[in-house]
Amino acid sequence: MSIRFGGIIAGLAITLVLVLWSLAPGVYNFAFGPAPEKQPSYAFYEHGEGPAGGFSFDGAFGKWDYGQLQRGYQVYKEVCSACHSLKFVAFRNLRELGYTEAEVDAEAKSWTVPGIDPDTGETTTRPGMPTDYFPMPFPNSIAAAAANNNAIPPDLSLMTKARHDGSNYVYDLLTGYGEPDPEKAAKVGFETPLGLYFNKHFPNVNIAMAPPIAIDGQVTYADGTEATVSQMSKDVAAFLTWTAEPSLIERKQTGWFVLGFLLFATVLAFLSYKQVWAGMKPKKK
Amino acid sequence: MSFAWAKQYEPKSAFTKWIDEKLPFPRLVYNAVGAGYPVPRNLNYMWNFGVLAGFCLMIQIVTGVVLAMHYAANQAVAFGTVEHIMRNVNYGWMMRYAHANGASFFFIVIYLHIFRGFFYSSYKAPREMIWLLGVVIFLLMMATAFMGYVLPWGQMSFWGAQVITGLFSAIPLVGEPLQVWLLGGFAPDNAALNRFFSLHFLLPFVIAGVVILHIWALHIPGSSNPTGVEVKQESDTVPFHPYYTSKDGFGLGVFLIFFTLFVFFLPNVLGHPDNYIEANPLSTPALIVPEWYFYPFYAILRAFTGDLTIPFTGIVLIPAKLLGVIGMFGAILVWFFLPWLDKSPVRSGHYRPLFRKFFWFGLMPTMAALFYLGGAHAEEPYIMLSQIFTAYYFMHFLVILPIISQIEVPKPLPFSITEGVLGSDKPGTTSGGGKIDPDSVVDGRPGTATDGSLQPAE
Repeated sequence: MSIRFGGIIAGLAITLVLVLWSLAPGVYNFAFGPAPEKQPSYAFYEHGEGPAGGFSFDGAFGKWDYGQLQRGYQVYKEVCSACHSLKFVAFRNLRELGYTEAEVDAEAKSWTVPGIDPDTGETTTRPGMPTDYFPMPFPNSIAAAAANNNAIPPDLSLMTKARHDGSNYVYDLLTGYGEPDPEKAAKVGFETPLGLYFNKHFPNVNIAMAPPIAIDGQVTYADGTEATVSQMSKDVAAFLTWTAEPSLIERKQTGWFVLGFLLFATVLAFLSYKQVWAGMKPKKK
Repeated sequence: MSFAWAKQYEPKSAFTKWIDEKLPFPRLVYNAVGAGYPVPRNLNYMWNFGVLAGFCLMIQIVTGVVLAMHYAANQAVAFGTVEHIMRNVNYGWMMRYAHANGASFFFIVIYLHIFRGFFYSSYKAPREMIWLLGVVIFLLMMATAFMGYVLPWGQMSFWGAQVITGLFSAIPLVGEPLQVWLLGGFAPDNAALNRFFSLHFLLPFVIAGVVILHIWALHIPGSSNPTGVEVKQESDTVPFHPYYTSKDGFGLGVFLIFFTLFVFFLPNVLGHPDNYIEANPLSTPALIVPEWYFYPFYAILRAFTGDLTIPFTGIVLIPAKLLGVIGMFGAILVWFFLPWLDKSPVRSGHYRPLFRKFFWFGLMPTMAALFYLGGAHAEEPYIMLSQIFTAYYFMHFLVILPIISQIEVPKPLPFSITEGVLGSDKPGTTSGGGKIDPDSVVDGRPGTATDGSLQPAE
């Protein structure tokens, strides 16, 4: 009895403290206090929908579009890599994009990576090898910040997993640049801060990155695909999905195999369960 | 530690006889989860989750040990070694996704196991010790899961560690030094990461030890059952093997299908994207949240927004932060007192009309709401809602349960499990469950009464 009595006292005490000291002031503030301030920029944010038609790797049966991944790699190499690193990806991984060994060798050689002079031991640079990882565009984060209006360009290896619905997010962000609606901006007194750029798909619509893919034909695709802004954005988003998770397609395919086995095993388990319990379960009602 | 009619282990070959003499381990297994353990015949699928929880613990230990072979607990490289596992280790992605989602599924299973205990009052005498050990396991699981989430050293790892260890600083006088001592520094750092890895490796084996105690304690009175009437006779039970091994095998298959769907098709849905950004002490995420399985307790923590003051004097008796910490830990500690708070002699919610209403229309919606609110932004109306539901949570366990167990008129219980299953309990009308001998019905012996007196141990 005493535990129950103590429990009732404790329960009422906790509830009383919660209701009178936390809930009551909260309700009062909610009803009579000032409305919470929202930054004017939130009025301009638009949720993106990703590219029309989606990606080839979407869904449980998705597949890589190797041509698209190679185009995306080209966009990364010619545009993004000026500022963004890709530190968890090695040149050897490019084999997975459908390049041959010789092509990967040549591709690695086209990059300059930090090295050490074998004679003097001094730091120097050398052409890349397949075992090398993608080089960093800046020697350190201070240099990166200094060159980019104090914003450090994030590493892109995991970008599509580090954002909600990342593949679509990258596409939306790259195609979301523009100008705010002037009428609306004048009304709420919104102005893009100096040194930042307006992007309706960036959470606070002011992004430090200048529009990286600005004009059609910025990249000349080797396979002859027309390089529209939307096409380039889609291709690089697909490439970054691969860098974030090279095992994506293998994972889904393995999943079907595992699922098939488990369905079979579960049916067997169910039948043996029924067999064992036959005669035990009454037919009720 | 079983019923008189339990089957006895009989070694057949010379080898098993030799083993049984020297180290009767097969006998132990036979009595624990084999044909030597008589189990009520009427268990429904909610009794599947104990076995599943044990299976989850094994998944976590096996995948975890493999991951530890490739992981390095150093803040400079931890994030990179996790990516190394994902990219370079053969099937490393599968191991890691199985481990991360395995934690989530472990908690899903454990929550269902606990809610089954709530509904069927599995905590009542003579099973209090099983329940208490279960709560201990749950607390150990929470500690293990929290420390495991820190290991990838992503943004949520770092800031989660910052927030959760920061809770200790709310303790008066010793709080701040205690936090520094726990972290080995003023903020989560290499020292914290290292000790979290060490403890994250250790605690699962502690859990396994307490699980053994949990099962040991279970075998003293035997399993509970959905009618809540104690086992009276042989026809009330079936041997664990093959009856429940086959049923649990089917349940395990269904569980693994759901698990597979997440591991292979939705591996990051239950995680947070911010944890794929390497920890950065200089950049705070917009929303710091723990893993989803901590949401109810996180909601309770954040519900206490006001200091407890003496009105109109400005004197603070208890700061809001400490109230939140008390509330959060109290929310689990109250489970320790459940066996003594709910004194209704009837166990099963099926026979308790008033209790059942409060369970389905009070506790369950409250838990669902707290699960949602714990992950929501700390803004209105979510704060007010979490305050209301937190208040109900404590009222339910501390006030409503003691009162309804006092005033409720339960429905009539069946005489026995056999009657509950078959509608009658007359010798000769039952099928299966071994021989029916009217003399084996031992009425009125200790343990048959629902007042919870103990079953004889042997």
